[in-house]
Amino acid sequence: MIRNIPQTKAYSQGFRLYIILYFIFLFAPLAVTCVLAFNDSMFPSLPWKGFTLEWFTGHTLERTGIFNDQINLDSIWVSFKVAFFVSLLSTFVGTMGAFLFEQEDFPFKNLLFFLMLAPLVIPGVILGISILLFSNTLGLFFETHFGLDVGLFRPGFWLVVLGQFSFITTIVTLIVSARLKKFDHTLEEAAMNLGATRYETIVHITLKFLRPAILGAMAVSFLMSFENFNTTLFLVGSQATLPINLYLQVRDGSTPVINAISVLMIGGTSLLALANLYFSKQER
Amino acid sequence: MKSGIRWGLVIFITPVLVWLTVLILLPQVDMFIMSIRAENELGEMGFSLANFKLFFLEPIYWRTFARTAIFSILVTFLTFLITMPIAFYITKVVSPKFQGFLSVLILMPFWVSELVRVYGWMILLRESGVINHFLIKFGLLNKPIEMLYNDATMITGLVYTSMLFMLVPLLSVLESLDNSLIEAAYDLGGSVWSIAVRIVIPHCLPGIVSGSIVVFMLTLGNYLTPNLMGGKNGLWFTEQIYNQFIASFNWNQGSAFGFLLLILSSAIIWLGLKLTKQRLGKVVQ
Repeated sequence: MIRNIPQTKAYSQGFRLYIILYFIFLFAPLAVTCVLAFNDSMFPSLPWKGFTLEWFTGHTLERTGIFNDQINLDSIWVSFKVAFFVSLLSTFVGTMGAFLFEQEDFPFKNLLFFLMLAPLVIPGVILGISILLFSNTLGLFFETHFGLDVGLFRPGFWLVVLGQFSFITTIVTLIVSARLKKFDHTLEEAAMNLGATRYETIVHITLKFLRPAILGAMAVSFLMSFENFNTTLFLVGSQATLPINLYLQVRDGSTPVINAISVLMIGGTSLLALANLYFSKQER
Repeated sequence: MKSGIRWGLVIFITPVLVWLTVLILLPQVDMFIMSIRAENELGEMGFSLANFKLFFLEPIYWRTFARTAIFSILVTFLTFLITMPIAFYITKVVSPKFQGFLSVLILMPFWVSELVRVYGWMILLRESGVINHFLIKFGLLNKPIEMLYNDATMITGLVYTSMLFMLVPLLSVLESLDNSLIEAAYDLGGSVWSIAVRIVIPHCLPGIVSGSIVVFMLTLGNYLTPNLMGGKNGLWFTEQIYNQFIASFNWNQGSAFGFLLLILSSAIIWLGLKLTKQRLGKVVQ
C-alpha cells in the first residue's frame, strides 16, 4: 500500500523485486545493443572479443564504420530534414488548433473537435496508405485534366512530411491546449483595456505564456517524426528515412554498424528528452 | 469587436480545416471509394463488393484479421497488468525523493526509436543471441534454441513497445488520487485487494481507458514488431495490407483491408468507451 501505511515485509520486498525486474526488462535490450556496438566481432553477438571503435570510425572494406557509411549518413540527414519540417509545420498548425478549440466558438465545433482527434484512433499504417491513395488520385486528376505532372503527389520527401504532419499535429494541439486551459483570461482583457490590439495581445501575452508548451510540443514532434516508421513506410520514395533504412538492413541480417547507429540514436534522443525536461522545469 | 467577419476565427480555422480535410477526411473517403471498386470480367473498373467478398471467402484473411484483433486486446490487457503496479509504486509507494528521477528513467527508453528497441530484443533472443549465450555458458542448455519468431516473443515485443502509452495516463490519474482515501479504507479494515478493486481502479478508470485506447490502436496498426519478431508467414493484418499494396500492387484489395482495419479499431474503441461509460473527448484530456 502507500508509503505511510505499515506493510508486511514479504509484501514490500515482493513489490520491490517486481520493480527491479521491470527495470531489467526495460533496459536490457537497449543496454545490450549499446554494449555490442563496441565488440570487436563481425556479428552483434557474444562472446566478447575486446573493445573497438571500428564500427564508428572504421574505413576498411569489411568494416565500414557509421561515420564513413554514406548510405546510412544520407538517411540520417533525410530524417533530420523531415523532422525539421514536420516539427515546424505541426507546431504552427497545432498552436492554431489550440487557439481555435480553446478560445473560439463556432457551429459544428464538436464535430471538428472529433475530427481533430481522429488521427489518434486511426492506425498509422492506414493513415499512410490513405494519404498515398489520395495523392495518387490527385496526381491522376491533374495529369488527365491539366496535363500537369506534379512531383508532390508521388511518394517522396514531401509526402512523408505531410503524412507525419497529419497525426503529429493532433498531439501538438492537445499539448498546447492543455497549457492554454490554465491561462488566466483577465490578463488578455487587461492588455486589451490598456489599448493593445488582439494581435498584440496574442503575441505579447498569450504566446509568451504558452512558450514552454510550444517548445515542448516542438521537441516531441521532432522526436516522433524522427522515429516514425508505420506511416512513413508507404509514403517513402527514393530517399529513405533512417528507420526505414535500418529496417531494410535488420530484415536482411545485421552488422554491428546498426548497433553503432543505435548508440548514436539513443544518445541523441536522451539528450533531447533531458534538455526538454530541464527547460520545462525551469520555465515552470 | 463584433462586426461582420471574425478575423481571429478565420485565421485560426483555415489551417486546421485544410489539415483535417486534405490529410484526414478526404484520404479516408478516397480509401473507401477505392475499396468498393474492382475489375469485372471485361477488365473494366466499376462498383463491386468483390474485395470484401474475397476477405470473407479466403480463410487466411479473416483468420489473420481475427487473430490480430484478439492479440491486440490481449496485448492491451497485459500492458495494463504490467504497468499498473509500476505507476502505483512511483506515485504512491516510493519516497518522494526518488519520484521525479524514477518517472524520468521509466519514460526514457520510449524516446528511442521503436526499431532500435525491436533490434535490441532480436539481439537478445535470437539463436546466436545474448540470452542463449549465457544459458549455454551456465550449462542450462546444450545447444542454442531459437526464441524469436513465435507468438510469445511477438507479444512481448508489442507489450514492450506500448508500455509508455499506458504509463503516462496512469501516472497522471494516480497523481490525482487522494492518499487519505486509501488510508481511510485501510483504517476501516479493507484488504489490499478490495482497496485496489474498489478505490484505486474506479478512480483510475479514465486513465486506464485512454491508455488502453492508444495501446490497442498502436498494436493493431503496428507493422514493425510483428514483422521482425513474429513468424515469417504474414500473420499480422497490417502485413496483409502491405502485401496487397507493395507486393501484389492490388490497391483496391488493399484499400478494402485498410477500411476493415479502420472499422475494427473504431468499433472496439467505441465498445470500450460504452462498456466503461467514458467519452472520447473527456478521455484524451
